Amino acid sequence: MVNIKINGIEYSVEEGTTILEACRANGIRIPTLCWLKDINAIGACRICVVEMTGARSLVASCVYPLSKFDEGKNILTHSPAVLESRKMTLQLILSNHNMDCLACSRSGNCELQQLCKELGVDNSTYFEGAKNEYDIDLSAKHMYRDNNKCILCRRCIAACGITQDIGVIGANNRGFNTSVACAFEMPLAETACVSCGQCITACPTGALSEKDDTDKVWAALADPEKVVVVQTAPAVRASLGEAFGYEMGTPVEGKMVAALKRLGFNAVFDTNFGADLTIMEESHEFLDRVTNGGVLPMITSCSPGWIRYCEAYFPEFIPNLSSCKSPQQMNGAITKTYWAQKMGIDPKNIVSVSVMPCTAKKFEIGRDDQSAAGVPDVDIAITTRELVKMINKAGLRFRDLPDEKADSPLGTGTGAAVIFGATGGVMEAALRTAVWKLTGENADSPIEFNDVRGVEGIKMAEYKVGDLTVKVAVVSGLANAKKFLTQVKNGEVECHFIEIMACPGGCVNGGGQVIQPADVHNFTDIRAERAKALYSLDNANTVRKSHESADVKEVYENFLGEPGSHKAHELLHTTYKASNLSK
Amino acid sequence: MGSTEKKSVPFNGTAEQEKALREVIAAHKDQQGALMPILQQAQDIYGYLPIEVQTIIAEETGIPLEKIYGVVTFYAQFSLFPKGKYKISVCLGTACYVKGSGDLYNKLKEKLSLEDGECTPDGKFSLEACRCIGACGLAPVLTINDDVYGKLTVKDLDDVLAKYAD
Repeated sequence: MVNIKINGIEYSVEEGTTILEACRANGIRIPTLCWLKDINAIGACRICVVEMTGARSLVASCVYPLSKFDEGKNILTHSPAVLESRKMTLQLILSNHNMDCLACSRSGNCELQQLCKELGVDNSTYFEGAKNEYDIDLSAKHMYRDNNKCILCRRCIAACGITQDIGVIGANNRGFNTSVACAFEMPLAETACVSCGQCITACPTGALSEKDDTDKVWAALADPEKVVVVQTAPAVRASLGEAFGYEMGTPVEGKMVAALKRLGFNAVFDTNFGADLTIMEESHEFLDRVTNGGVLPMITSCSPGWIRYCEAYFPEFIPNLSSCKSPQQMNGAITKTYWAQKMGIDPKNIVSVSVMPCTAKKFEIGRDDQSAAGVPDVDIAITTRELVKMINKAGLRFRDLPDEKADSPLGTGTGAAVIFGATGGVMEAALRTAVWKLTGENADSPIEFNDVRGVEGIKMAEYKVGDLTVKVAVVSGLANAKKFLTQVKNGEVECHFIEIMACPGGCVNGGGQVIQPADVHNFTDIRAERAKALYSLDNANTVRKSHESADVKEVYENFLGEPGSHKAHELLHTTYKASNLSK
Repeated sequence: MGSTEKKSVPFNGTAEQEKALREVIAAHKDQQGALMPILQQAQDIYGYLPIEVQTIIAEETGIPLEKIYGVVTFYAQFSLFPKGKYKISVCLGTACYVKGSGDLYNKLKEKLSLEDGECTPDGKFSLEACRCIGACGLAPVLTINDDVYGKLTVKDLDDVLAKYAD
């Protein structure tokens, strides 16, 4: 232990604790811009500086570990020198920033703006001098990069290069000319970016943002010729409440449905229904591969970021990918075939909107072989954040809305479906149905498979079902995927079924979710908190296995036939191809 | 910024050069901090580090291309462009600069449509600024390969370039 003083008050802290962490543990939040725990401790932004007895200059508290040599030292966290330094740092950052705050995507949720407010820095010209001007990179389908708002904190670079081990963005050039960009300044769309959006949720400012597709939704809603339907992914209800002042991990399914109805959607569906269909198809596919000598291990295909990763970085595993479309696409496909027929609507007149925790879904809707009715299964994919914008624009007082239920049949879902949004959820849902089948369709087959739950990046488990031992693995985050697939490739691990999600912790921590500032990221496990919301919904559901869903049974009986039928294959399955984008 | 519209000179790498590059990579691949020596030797082999060369390094080492490009654009010792048949260096040291070498440099950029470090698409002229070459008595000075030209004015530039018409 080291005995130190913070602002004159004595504390005893563990050796190796950084000044910032020591302060935080004792009730003082040191402001930061560049620091992201575990992935970006580079001491670059100089916002977290503090004064310390015996130090020649101010100290960057995020990268200063306390040791026995610091015994007895006094740390000042808000002395005039500290506050003046932080203020000047902000002024210098602003001297090369476009300060386009009014309609910026992050206004009100911008860490730079918040700090300026706290430290009393306004938009006066503090320093005259050169200013960089950058073109906005609009090339990618899911996001844009506006370097005029970039503060070079490098958090996005860490998210891409370390969390995901991809590294298609980095710092180019030097000094004042430094910018975050791709190799040879190529547009993002020409690189093997997988569209996961982890860089967006890491960005403190509006430099990185999803492409806003809400105008398309508003236009569809205002068009009397169109039938506009919407589906919401499981993880959306686990994060949406954060934008309206609910504690993290509060499920807001009922109010979300009420909001969508009030926005004017003609039918409110639930991606959970698509997830239940996915389980029917995927568990069938898995058992078919096991019994008929198909390619194993089979790997899940729900996460479009993971699919893009596989196609670009591990094309040798394409035969291992489940041919199942993602729940979003299955829901869209059934909407425009089964539901359209049932309601007597021409699928061309249906506008199918999805609300997703994910930016890669914007890419997925335009993929080949995703048009069951000859028109795209899903027309517009918006993120959780864009739904927040729509709710606010419409003046809906979210907290005052009643809890309502989505429409049937495509708006229902089992407990198995809702946990798709957390890492391990797809595996658990698949096991619920696969084990039921393997045990002779025994209604008492197990529901909970706790070994595959939790936020660890790589989890493995083994289940004995009859004479079969099923070895499964659950992986989230692409750095973990790379590590694990390399082991599979080298024959170091053996398994039959792998769930892979591009984002660490799964969709609850997706690139399209409500953005939490670094201060929350650094001290809260967002993945675990949001996952709690989904497991509580699973627990509360009376139907917890996909094959027990009455609506799913009805769709199979009246329309699809059996899981894995020719028709199911036509509508609910897809294909993949290796991509050759720049890595 | 700024480097998006660079002149492109067709890549003329030979099989021997590629073989040499792959040997260099193989020799360093598993060392920590291998990228700098690989880049330095790659530049010795090719004279510069175009996308074709950086891509081979990325594929062989598993280092993302962007990371390599970031290092190449960080250090002044690395060039993304080949040197021309005639390499023009304009001294921007203090003495030359006060005598107007900045004007010479800007005029050459305009005449040859080049930015610093670039090469004309026909591979003939490359242009770069350099620091003091110790010929301050002749300021302002520029060199073309091993020829030194001093006491120049902007008006002299056409005559100087005309000597390299071939």
